[in-house]
Amino acid sequence: MNSFPAANLLLSAVFILCLVTLGVGALIAVLSIRLIRSVCGLAICCIGLAGLYYFLHSPFLALMEILIYVGAVCVTIVFAIMLAEPDEPAREAWGASTILWGAIALVAAIAIFAGLAWLGTHGNWARPQAADGSLQAIGRSLLTTYSLAVELISMALLVAIVGALAIARTGRTKA
Amino acid sequence: MNPSPLYENLNVYLLTAAFLLALGIYGLIRRRTLIGMLISGELIFSAASLNLMAFNRFTVQDQTVGQIFVLFIMGLAAAEIAIALSIVIAVYRNYRSVKTSELSELNG
Repeated sequence: MNSFPAANLLLSAVFILCLVTLGVGALIAVLSIRLIRSVCGLAICCIGLAGLYYFLHSPFLALMEILIYVGAVCVTIVFAIMLAEPDEPAREAWGASTILWGAIALVAAIAIFAGLAWLGTHGNWARPQAADGSLQAIGRSLLTTYSLAVELISMALLVAIVGALAIARTGRTKA
Repeated sequence: MNPSPLYENLNVYLLTAAFLLALGIYGLIRRRTLIGMLISGELIFSAASLNLMAFNRFTVQDQTVGQIFVLFIMGLAAAEIAIALSIVIAVYRNYRSVKTSELSELNG
């Protein structure tokens, strides 16, 4: 298929790099004490996810992932951290309830992962031949089939912005 | 050469999405600040998007559907972040704290 002999190997290496970026970023996001590091972990995770979207034949979504998540969501969370508290509070004591909740969280996470992994690997998913998924096709269907959904989501974003302004405004003293 | 390399394998994507979802749930239970819980929620959003995109790539005829769906998920996630962060700011202004253990006025 490819004239370059090591192309598949290189592609696999890049893919594994994306997977590792995603996993490490997600671990940093969940486990770090300082919230600012947690946000950086989320950004790293999103960059890895964008790489996976690229491997799923969707460069459009890869760009959107970086634009929206890294560019907008993470920056907004950084602003909120600057306005609120920067750190996760220190634990007062390692009481029984702390250990109990930690165990519950760990068991829930492992159970969900095991269940989904079993479902994913044992499902007999059909494999049809893929059709056109290019940027032109996306644009065409955004403006024809999904035009109502586009309008609805723009309204939802507008309402969210106005609502966010209204909520964040209350309780503010006049300077 | 292996006919189906790693990046053309549906199971790899499904396992990654399950990993992300499990980490998000774990963080949602363990975190003790509102912003930390919000970040874990974003991980769950990412897991759902990755799952949808993987199934879109490997099992759906029309390749545009999943991409547009994930685009809408991203838009809704951005709206949710805007609202949730403004609530966090409002809560911080009233309580001088975003720890979940101190927001317990309705805890009868």
